[in-house]
Amino acid sequence: MIRTLKGRPISHGCGQGVALVTSESISFLGSVDPATGIIVEEKHELKGQSISGKVLVFPAGKGSTVGSYVMYQLKKNGTAPAAVINRSAEPIVAVGAIISDIPMVDSTEPDAIRTIKTGDMVRVDGTQGVVDIL
Amino acid sequence: MHLTREEEALLDGEMGPTLQTAMELLTALGDIYGADSLVPIKSTQIAGVSYRTIGDAGLEWISDLNGKVVVPSILNPAGMDLERWREMGVDEEFAAHQIRIIEAYRRLGIRCECTCTPYHIDASLASYGDHLAWSESSAVSYANSVIGARTNREGGPSALAAALIGKTANYGYHLDENRAPGISVQVDCPLSGADYGALGYLAGAQVGSDVPMFRLRSKPADIELKALGAAMAASGAVALYHVEGITPESRSYHPPAETITIERVELDEVFEKNCVREVDLSALGCPHYSQEELESAARLLDGVKVEKEVWIFTSRQVRDASPDTVRKIEASGAKVFADTCMVVSPATDRFGCVLTDSGKALKYIPGMCGVGAALGSIRDCLKGRITTKSPGERRDEREGC
Repeated sequence: MIRTLKGRPISHGCGQGVALVTSESISFLGSVDPATGIIVEEKHELKGQSISGKVLVFPAGKGSTVGSYVMYQLKKNGTAPAAVINRSAEPIVAVGAIISDIPMVDSTEPDAIRTIKTGDMVRVDGTQGVVDIL
Repeated sequence: MHLTREEEALLDGEMGPTLQTAMELLTALGDIYGADSLVPIKSTQIAGVSYRTIGDAGLEWISDLNGKVVVPSILNPAGMDLERWREMGVDEEFAAHQIRIIEAYRRLGIRCECTCTPYHIDASLASYGDHLAWSESSAVSYANSVIGARTNREGGPSALAAALIGKTANYGYHLDENRAPGISVQVDCPLSGADYGALGYLAGAQVGSDVPMFRLRSKPADIELKALGAAMAASGAVALYHVEGITPESRSYHPPAETITIERVELDEVFEKNCVREVDLSALGCPHYSQEELESAARLLDGVKVEKEVWIFTSRQVRDASPDTVRKIEASGAKVFADTCMVVSPATDRFGCVLTDSGKALKYIPGMCGVGAALGSIRDCLKGRITTKSPGERRDEREGC
């Protein structure tokens, strides 16, 4: 059975992968190693996990606006997430996803963070703003 | 958001991938902030220039872009004087990366003038009522407040997207309804020079992102408004303020009833927060000095030999336009650097305590450079030490200026 969440398109394109879900915000500058895609922030609940190839589900970005460029580095290094879902997009992650061609959707109904579980296979259509849990 | 047929075509990629990405950025940000449409802009000022701030990640992105900007576009300060970086003590590797960033921007048709004071080098970049996409917080504050132009504080990529498309999303300070003051700030003592930086330092922390309306006994000059706005944008997130009877939009509004009063003694306390260590660098010109400010520094340095490092930052245009003034300043041992400043350059890091005439630099130097900072009058900064201790002495000096 496919469950579909409807959201708002932020960054165009489609991506599919295993979901990695957190209820904590992410600062890409300083918290994610662009070479490996591993979260290195000491106190983050995803510390030590790789975001590479995942559908990364988190509330919003935070921290430095340089985080947008770090997402671009992840993409160029082949360590970027396959897609991003935010509860509420803010400019750092939205800009980062767009310049890096990472599909992104926000404001899904029902809420993605409560609905998607880490390990679910998820398809994100950033052009239509649709998320399918496969 | 409503898009014209032409804008839709750009978004669909009919004009290539760079413009498609640019349009996607503008529409996504417009949707996030509730914009109804895009609005044509007069100019852009693009952040994300110092290699210190954007690093390899930013350099890679800018280097990969293909396109040409369609409105006059200039850059934020870089991490070094693009010619005299060796004199600043910047290393070869940093310089090589910094030059690559500048060249990547140049390829996009951007004027590689690196300054936080676009209004000092080209008045045609912003006039009353113009919509802009500027990035640097003090430039945004000056454009909105002193010129009466309209800009949000853009990030590097969104300013660049606006430069490529010639438009920005119509929200925030582009709209009349967000330009009204929400709080009054009353100052009854006379103010001059670095006092405005101290005032901004205090007011910004109190008003946050609100639009304050100042009621001042003194009549600030434009360069004093520059210092006020810069400090407020650093200690708070103030992108627009009004000064009753002075700034162009102030007559459209009544001062809000909610009022903060700032006293002389509070301003003096800002000057008294000294570094633990002895001052080993005086840094002036944050935001970049105008020609007039350079001339007054030259007058104060006439016949003087400075005892410490004294660096004055300005734009390349102002430096090139004032060779005699620069010669006079440098005869004292002080240096006039262009294209950069004490906040975005790694050159500041090797010092222990920086004395500055800027409320903005006072706020940023400790965090960004890991260096102590103290606020001084312009005279004290040029002497490299704090000579006026008591409020009374400081007042005498102010009146003597």
